[in-house]
Amino acid sequence: MEDMKSGSNLEKILAKGSFAITAEIGPPKGSDPNVIKRKGELLRGYADAFNVTDNQTAVTRMSSMAACDILQGMGLEPVMQMTCRDRNRIALQSDVLGASALGIKNILCLTGDHQSFGNHPSARGVYDIDSVQLIQALKIMREGRFLSGDRILSGANKIFIGAAANPYAEAYAGICRLEKKLMAGAEFIQTQSIFSIDGFEEWMKEVRSKNLHKKVHILAGITPLKSIVMAEHMKNGVPGTFIPEEIIVKMKNARDPKKEGCKIALETIEEVKNIDGVHGIHITAVFWEESVPSLVKESGFLPRPK
Amino acid sequence: MIITKQKDIEDLLNALGDGPIFIAGCSACATLCHTGSEKEVLAMKEVLEKKNLKISGWVVLDPACHLQNDKRLLRSHKKELEESKVVMALSCGNGIQTLSEILDIRIVAGTDTLFLGEIKHASEFEERCVMCGECIVDLFGFCPIARCPKSMLNGPCEGVKNGKCEVDPEMDCVWHLIYEHLKEIGHLEVLEVIQPPKDWSISAGRGNKWKI
Repeated sequence: MEDMKSGSNLEKILAKGSFAITAEIGPPKGSDPNVIKRKGELLRGYADAFNVTDNQTAVTRMSSMAACDILQGMGLEPVMQMTCRDRNRIALQSDVLGASALGIKNILCLTGDHQSFGNHPSARGVYDIDSVQLIQALKIMREGRFLSGDRILSGANKIFIGAAANPYAEAYAGICRLEKKLMAGAEFIQTQSIFSIDGFEEWMKEVRSKNLHKKVHILAGITPLKSIVMAEHMKNGVPGTFIPEEIIVKMKNARDPKKEGCKIALETIEEVKNIDGVHGIHITAVFWEESVPSLVKESGFLPRPK
Repeated sequence: MIITKQKDIEDLLNALGDGPIFIAGCSACATLCHTGSEKEVLAMKEVLEKKNLKISGWVVLDPACHLQNDKRLLRSHKKELEESKVVMALSCGNGIQTLSEILDIRIVAGTDTLFLGEIKHASEFEERCVMCGECIVDLFGFCPIARCPKSMLNGPCEGVKNGKCEVDPEMDCVWHLIYEHLKEIGHLEVLEVIQPPKDWSISAGRGNKWKI
């Protein structure tokens, strides 16, 4: 374990070749720390690290770094998500230093959902750098320098660098972007939610043909659908999501949509865990964290490795 | 070209207050945008006169952003300007400021300046450039800084759907256009190179000066 980049729990588990589980915790649209604590308590022991979103869908929420710190205080390991939408390179790097000072070891780099989708559509988007360049920045910072080349004077920014990928993206938006993210320094990838196994398998085939799965840890995105309303909202309203019609029909016909949503998620987990090159799953249970424990348990992933 | 659109007439009437009003158009971009040619200047004159506002005079500057030309042209309107309480400028934001430099009269902008763009059809315009100060269009054929709502330099975001932008499904994703262009000219390898962060210290929007 000498060549650990960060020594995070997530990195260790992936380095060992164990199947990793991450789960998303969305910070509240408010400042009550108990919301994070409740979600953390609920998910304790069911995942190896917990992604904390950064004002997802451009809706203003408690900052990712603060929520990460609350989770760490509970002994849970966070994956801090960072988007390039709201901060320029000065603020982003400053927050990386701050996160490192707080002991945060995993960071997921995203460009971010456009501000027009959120609750401040008239805000000015920053986009000073993009996700590929943010990945580069983290790697450079780990080596003791800022993006500008200026030296970092104290501390070590031991960050395990993550990025996102969309298996259903159009050709020019897909593998090429993934390769760039790898080249920039990404060490783990969390994919968009998978609802079509065929499409995902095709993508993984291409990933394997380029040997990318040997260079980066791929965590397949899993989202249990809570209702037909949510399924349709994700299909039509969430950028980058692909939900095949058969899933929509299943959700529409279900007598107990929540149960059906979990069943679909369990089936998807069962399929993806056997795909060569998939090193874990990333569960994004949007405002439905309660569904995570049984998904993990019923998939046979308990107990989690120490 | 600088694309402008006329402001809402009710807002303009509120902003103008009492006359007499002097109207200044522009022979260049605002003429091509149908916001500041003689035709629009005279139409504005008619609208304001119908509201019982006195028009002291009018001119189409050639072009409004040209300080010396403006000074020369306005000389022959000296008397009209002296009796004017307010000048309405039908030009881009640059023309309006050039007028501010010359005149000691309150100026009301009759247009909103939208962007630097292309005339697609006689009355249709699309943004093409944000004047970032260091052109990279030669790499891609089309500019992702100006035409991607996230100014992404390393390929599209994952919201692109059927070649359209997630922010506006009517708008082409510029990375789709770039991909098609590079494929056509046989240079897809350009997409594999990581583009470094942009140097914004040389971009427009900082009160720049330039001397040949």
